[in-house]
Amino acid sequence: MNDIAAKVLEGDQRSIARLITLAENGSPLAASGMKKIHPYTGNAYVIGITGVMGSGKSTLIYELTKEYRRKGLKVGIIAIDPTSPFSGGALLGDRIRMMDLATDDGVFIRSMGTRGMLGGLTSAVYDVVEILDASGKDLVLVETVGVGQAEVDVIKIADTTLVVLVPGLGDSIQTIKAGIMEIADIYIVNKADRFGVEQAVAELESLIDIACTGKDRKTPVLTTVAKENKGIVELINEIENHKKHLKKTKMFDAKRRKRYEAELVEIIRKRLMNFIFDESTFKGKVESLIDQISKKEVDPYTAAEEILGKILK
Amino acid sequence: MDQKIRVLIAKPGLDGHDRGAKIVARALRDAGMEVVYTGLHQTAEMIVETAIQEDVNVIGLSLLSGAHMTLFKDVTKLLNAKGLNDVLIIGGGIIPEEDVSKLKKAGVSGVFGPGTHCEDIVRFIRKNVKK
Ligand SMILES: Nc1nc2c(ncn2[C@@H]2O[C@H](COP(=O)(O)OP(=O)(O)OP(=O)(O)O)[C@@H](O)[C@H]2O)c(=O)[nH]1
Ligand SMILES: [Mg+2]
Repeated sequence: MNDIAAKVLEGDQRSIARLITLAENGSPLAASGMKKIHPYTGNAYVIGITGVMGSGKSTLIYELTKEYRRKGLKVGIIAIDPTSPFSGGALLGDRIRMMDLATDDGVFIRSMGTRGMLGGLTSAVYDVVEILDASGKDLVLVETVGVGQAEVDVIKIADTTLVVLVPGLGDSIQTIKAGIMEIADIYIVNKADRFGVEQAVAELESLIDIACTGKDRKTPVLTTVAKENKGIVELINEIENHKKHLKKTKMFDAKRRKRYEAELVEIIRKRLMNFIFDESTFKGKVESLIDQISKKEVDPYTAAEEILGKILK
Repeated sequence: MDQKIRVLIAKPGLDGHDRGAKIVARALRDAGMEVVYTGLHQTAEMIVETAIQEDVNVIGLSLLSGAHMTLFKDVTKLLNAKGLNDVLIIGGGIIPEEDVSKLKKAGVSGVFGPGTHCEDIVRFIRKNVKK
């Protein structure tokens, strides 16, 4: 275990993969590795890619990665798909669009299930960003689950957030109104080979005009045909512009601080929940309180206070 | 601790059918596993690199064409070369009886022919998964 952190820092693929698994499983072994790598993090630029299902997020990530690799940069990819709330299983299919990146040792791809987290991310995503960062990746690209409307957690982790839409989808614009509007640093209308691009762009622009009054930066709208590698270089330039803007306005440090805040809260939340629901601590007590609530012998607030009272004593 | 069995379903070789692979992938998901699905035309190198990065417990190889012997063996050879000896390898497809024992010798633990019930594969994985 001692040298798993050291090997992660060397960029060893198996050690990276193993530490991710430990973190994802909430193993106590993960913490000691994570503690050791933290001093070596902070260099990777994190790009979040979100958008409606099937809009081309994975294909865009593939093309972006190809372009970054041409520049000699190393790329980590986290591809998140929904975990079934019924079985706990997940079908992780984003790699289908990234096939030939598998054998490039300057690229590390990890597919993850949401494992019960809402918001489009997964609980261990902060750990995985740190691990990929520490392993020497210049960029970490995070693909969220295909969004409906409330999955906006990606801004907690990304330096630049890309929101991907497609033409001809009335709901696509609906989605934006429902909350995605606030999180986009760059809009992408992908599948620009399809009918209705101009209209989609125009609708977006008008929404932005309404929302951006008073802001010092207008959210750009780009069109891409990811499948044909069109618009990718322009997208990379726009990401670079956003990065410069963040640094100039000191928003970069504020964003990073937000990420660490979210990470800290998540670690505490996870540990606290594990502590309360562990067999060796309060699981029995919790179960019996639930029974009492069911029988109206106690109310949920009193029950919660009883548990919390034991921890906070 | 929230450990889940992670499975890579890969389709090496050049034939273009992945219906069977997709059915198995869904069945394993419904059994609570995390299934990384990589699509058609995977080379042995791609499969092994993917297995490393995704830290899977199981690799399921689906094959229809006659080239299964070499492809399966390429994968197991590469896995051994990389020192990945805690990964369970299973195979599915139309594989003649006489090849089954050869495959098992080469390190493919379970071979599932046409007509296999998905529950049998789930049970086999649960029983034989190595870590
Ligand atoms: N016509 C057209 N199709 C595209 C384009 N980009 C991607 N596609 C196709 O759109 C489909 C979905 O692409 P993905 O990259 O898997 O989309 P995604 O957003 O990652 O999908 P989920 O992860 O399932 O939400 C695939 O069949 C792609 O080939 C494009 O620019 N034009
Ligand atoms: Mg995708």
